[in-house]
Amino acid sequence: MSMPFYVAPEQWMKDKADFARKGIARGRALAALEYANGILICAENTSATLRKISEIYDRIAFAGAGRYNEYDRLRIAGVRHADLKGYSFSREDVDAQGLANAYAQMLGDVFTHEVKPMEVEILVAEVGEEPDDDRLYHILYDGTVVDERGFTVLGGEAETISERLQSAYQDGFDAAAALQAAVSALAGPDRRLAPDELEVALLTRNRGRRSFQRLTDDEVAELLGTPPPVDDAPAEPAADPEPPAEEDGSSNGDEA
Amino acid sequence: MTLPIYRADDDPGPSFVDLLSRVGQGPRWDVDNAPGASSDHPLRLTHSTTVVAVRCADGVVMAGDRRATSGHLISYRTMEKVFPADHHSGVAIAGAAGPAMEMVKLFQLQLEHYEKVEGSSLSLEGKANQLSQMVRSHLPAAMQGMAVVPLFAGFDLRRGVGRLFEYDVTGGRYEESDFAATGSGSLHAGTVIKLGYREGLSADEAIELLINALFQAADEDSATGGPDLVRGIYPMVATITSAGFERLADDDVSARFRGLLDRLSSTRGTTSMGANPGARATTGGKGSKKGGAAR
Repeated sequence: MSMPFYVAPEQWMKDKADFARKGIARGRALAALEYANGILICAENTSATLRKISEIYDRIAFAGAGRYNEYDRLRIAGVRHADLKGYSFSREDVDAQGLANAYAQMLGDVFTHEVKPMEVEILVAEVGEEPDDDRLYHILYDGTVVDERGFTVLGGEAETISERLQSAYQDGFDAAAALQAAVSALAGPDRRLAPDELEVALLTRNRGRRSFQRLTDDEVAELLGTPPPVDDAPAEPAADPEPPAEEDGSSNGDEA
Repeated sequence: MTLPIYRADDDPGPSFVDLLSRVGQGPRWDVDNAPGASSDHPLRLTHSTTVVAVRCADGVVMAGDRRATSGHLISYRTMEKVFPADHHSGVAIAGAAGPAMEMVKLFQLQLEHYEKVEGSSLSLEGKANQLSQMVRSHLPAAMQGMAVVPLFAGFDLRRGVGRLFEYDVTGGRYEESDFAATGSGSLHAGTVIKLGYREGLSADEAIELLINALFQAADEDSATGGPDLVRGIYPMVATITSAGFERLADDDVSARFRGLLDRLSSTRGTTSMGANPGARATTGGKGSKKGGAAR
């Protein structure tokens, strides 16, 4: 007869946490910042279709780092939660706090009761009427909720990026400055990230009912202040500030 | 509220209506077993009336009057019957007001829910079919006097044209090429549009045509409201073009109605103003309304 080995709860939880952390650390990072006119979320993402940032409700956005299928499942659950709540009560009654709590309960339950914890770290962001009403809820794989102020970073190397962002962050940034700070923090000193390697979305204050807005590569390039790719760039690649000018130039040109 | 999370083999998909029935909140119009329900004693329900839509060069123009009636009484003067369904489409309603507004609310949510879950909008065709399913599922209530007959119009981004859809109570979907009208005053409104329509109307001409159509419908049909100059209530007009759904400002609609009234009164005594235009000019609209009621 086989007898299960005894594993101390501390060890069991620690193993699960390590497992989840490892999974999350494999993913590329994303940063969310409060700026003067709302919240900017910027992720390093080379895919143009598999998103890491998405719309949940009128004033609420969702972002995640980690396993894509788990992220997507949580995202859809959030959309459903918000739409059901808005339908039963009113659109005003849907807020980030309720959603963050629901996520926290769910992630906490999975972490304690299931064999495999979810390998995701998520962000629920809400833009308010005033800057003071902006909310950033950072929810960890075990259901821990952190109510962040100013900015937050999710995913691999979050701590290093956070430190870099801390030194660059200023209250009352405009969108361009916030994006530049986020991109240089995500890239670090040795890399440069081109617009097509970034996924950027804004929650803009007072933009009508749906405040979520995804930025195109061109809009990102404009905010970053990088010159738009020129079609004849390959003729003199040395003059272009972006090193891989040929590839970027052609793909950006197609989307324009 | 708990997080509505489903196993992959048990997922309701991008349909909000399916999700609602999964969580037990689906709208129930089935009043078959309700005590006292019988077609012999119909409820005094609030109904709303004329809505019209016409295709123009840039897309579609939709309009609707603002009156809701219960039997012969006016129950609501500022009802809105033309709604944005999403960014590039609109829905207008005629029929029992309560269920109609609920249907619009669900339809708007359904389109937005799909867009958020799937990450892309439904095609215009898909949206029209969704509405068709909603009208069909409403059939049991329609059989008991709570019919809802919507109009759906939008700018088809894939084809680059405006399109119009009419429905019947069974969910039948009929795409119209030029114009559509539904509700109690639709016969009169439709005739006016039919006579004034030509291919390639500008948005401005289309708006004028619909305003005229609604005025004539209100003139003939007691359940359709005309411009209310005293309270400043005017029919609602919206354009749907590649730039999206846009409601015309009240000032604009008011100016257009005043223009129409001026034109009509300068040529009074012709078709629309009745046999005794002189009496109308002195006693206002009241005299003719009383005459109508005494009939």
